[in-house]
Amino acid sequence: MNGLESGRLRVVAAMSGGVDSAVAAARAKDAGHDVTGVHLALSRNPRSYRSGARGCCTIEDANDARRAADVIGIPFYVWDLSDRFHEDVVEDFLDEYAAGRTPNPCLRCNERIKFAAVLDRARALGFDAVVTGHYARLEPGAPGEVPALHRATDQAKDQSYVLGVLTADQLAGALLPLGDTPKDEVRREAAARGLTVAHKPDSHDICFIADGDTGGWLAEKLGDRAPRHDGPIIDAETGEELGRHDGSYRFTVGQRRGLRLGRPAADGRPRFVLDIEPVSGTVTVGSREALSVTTLVADRPRWCGAALGEPLEGTVQLRAHGAEHRARVTVDGDTVRVELRNPASGVAPGQAVVIYDGSRVVGSATIIRAAGAD
Amino acid sequence: MDAVYLDHAATTPMVPEAVDAMTALLTATGNASSLHGPGRAARRVVEESRERIAAVLGCSPVEVVLTSGGTEADNLALKGLFWRRRAEDPRRTRLLVSAVEHHAVLDPALWLAEHEGAELELLPVDTDGRLLLEALEVAVARDPGSVALVSVMAANNEVGTRQPVHEVVATAHAHGVPVHVDAVQAVGHLEVDLAEWGADAVALTAHKLGGPYGVGALVLGRGLDPEPLLHGGGQERDVRSGTLDPPAVAAFAAALDVAVRRRDRLAGDLARLRERLVDGVRGLVPDVIVNGPVDAADRLPHIAHLSFPGCEGDSLLMLLDAHGVACSTGSACSAGVPQASHVLLAMGRDEATARSSLRFSLGHTTTDADVDRLLSVLGPVVERARAAGGLTAAGRARA
Repeated sequence: MNGLESGRLRVVAAMSGGVDSAVAAARAKDAGHDVTGVHLALSRNPRSYRSGARGCCTIEDANDARRAADVIGIPFYVWDLSDRFHEDVVEDFLDEYAAGRTPNPCLRCNERIKFAAVLDRARALGFDAVVTGHYARLEPGAPGEVPALHRATDQAKDQSYVLGVLTADQLAGALLPLGDTPKDEVRREAAARGLTVAHKPDSHDICFIADGDTGGWLAEKLGDRAPRHDGPIIDAETGEELGRHDGSYRFTVGQRRGLRLGRPAADGRPRFVLDIEPVSGTVTVGSREALSVTTLVADRPRWCGAALGEPLEGTVQLRAHGAEHRARVTVDGDTVRVELRNPASGVAPGQAVVIYDGSRVVGSATIIRAAGAD
Repeated sequence: MDAVYLDHAATTPMVPEAVDAMTALLTATGNASSLHGPGRAARRVVEESRERIAAVLGCSPVEVVLTSGGTEADNLALKGLFWRRRAEDPRRTRLLVSAVEHHAVLDPALWLAEHEGAELELLPVDTDGRLLLEALEVAVARDPGSVALVSVMAANNEVGTRQPVHEVVATAHAHGVPVHVDAVQAVGHLEVDLAEWGADAVALTAHKLGGPYGVGALVLGRGLDPEPLLHGGGQERDVRSGTLDPPAVAAFAAALDVAVRRRDRLAGDLARLRERLVDGVRGLVPDVIVNGPVDAADRLPHIAHLSFPGCEGDSLLMLLDAHGVACSTGSACSAGVPQASHVLLAMGRDEATARSSLRFSLGHTTTDADVDRLLSVLGPVVERARAAGGLTAAGRARA
């Protein structure tokens, strides 16, 4: 059920300093694997990205991870992934925003850091796999086949969405020991094991944005990357300029708050961001109905096993803790087309669509276009 | 199988004489500042130890200011003397510090620059890590009246390079400028005669020479009164406060005595073991780079600092650790993140080379078997680390 049955392995446990990764490492050790704890230093100067205790790369988190490794009884090291993280996650995040898209950096981190840079290095150093505390299940395939990625048993904690970018080869090097356990049980287990992080609060938001103020952080960091920050706010129906804003990156499709429009819409109903055009800085707003999306076009597919051949009647998820939508998914080369059986609201280019067949993750793709019913 | 411990420059095992001295005193009660019999007994232990330390080092007992270790001694010298010298003459704001100092010197100097208006000048070194004396001469002579302090270590903790302490002191004193010498890594391995050095302040620590953690000294010329870092009972010449630790001080004295008495023999043994180690590594890894001076007279006898092109030092360290061999990447850690060594960078190495380095440091418990064990596992370890090298560096083609 969790990828831990296949004999004794040499594994690297990626330990953030949180309770989940600590229990995952402990379970891997209990399962008989030869476990080495590794804390990923994602910033050369932790304070430059984040202060306080909410992230995963503060000095306090590194110490928590070290203490957890002591209690579990495994060696512990810090690996410096700061250059790779900066280039592949932080820079990518900025590029995507500058282009008017809404990226999810956690997916990027799993795709390029935890199950790429870390896994590659681990394999080169003689390890077989990377253990993480993600809530998702890996079901072993037939001998010689890659394991299948499934949603976690605890639906509320399910993190299969942020792992939907992993390829078969990456999954073959992953161990996810927490997929069949509810979060509160993980905390109880941590306490029973004597792990000091048993009651540490969950991390939230984006780990490299210290205070959670994404808009402020982007304003500081985007610099020349965004050709212009300010622009008009346009009514989708009338084409009328309703006001101006000082940074299109402060908006995300589907957003209602913070538009600061001087006057109400003609129909008196709330308006939502429908579209962001980064070059001109134009933000288009309209009714809730106009946000409704029934068709998605996505590219850059990544398959968790075999690429989807025949059209799939399955489900899709469009954001990390978003709802599941029934959908028909068809693939044509690198283009993925998704027809939603129940419409979604506020879909932004740059978001990942993760495709499921039942609880199994089939793969993912990056949304480039969303359209409502014609 | 016991671990092979090749990190004596980080800390070295206590010698039995120090353990005996310490344990014999752990059950004795008495504050060395108290006026009664038990207090006097504790004070006697401290003062006899201080005399022993002074005799071994070639200084006067009153010059020995006991501290919690090398870091405190360095901080007291840098900050305390900077504050005092500037109070005497407000023009004295310049700090001349070698670029390869330990962080216990560099960081207080940087702090003074950031917070106290000090002008910090880092003095360059050559490709072996040796201070360029002419740079010091030029810097001092430019305006001697504005220099608060010169600080140069006796021998470098990472690559082992000896610094020309005599010449540094002569140059600075010719212009009336005091000199602090961080001798933490040198005492016990080099001949240390403080009277001959003539430095104004010298830092040392017990645990690098076979004594306990948490005790050290700043040997401080009589006329020098640094501003204290720790205010309180004024136990140490009113320059340093805090209840004295008789068991630790006695063990420090015992260890220092042993270290200095056996220095010649140990240095010879360690030089031979180091040569075996370096020759052996060269045989296994022909492109290894040996950092620091070639000539044994120009470096510490017990440190071998090696760069393994194409490898990350922390990969090598982890793999060796898994084989029971303990060594160091030789560089300081900030939040556990290995930084490229400022020493290697100052010596003109590029960042990749600096990050590919390991420091093996030998000590009084090191044997031929330890070197053999290292050599028996190093080949495959370097091969592995090389395969993994660069995989976490930026700039790799995106998948």
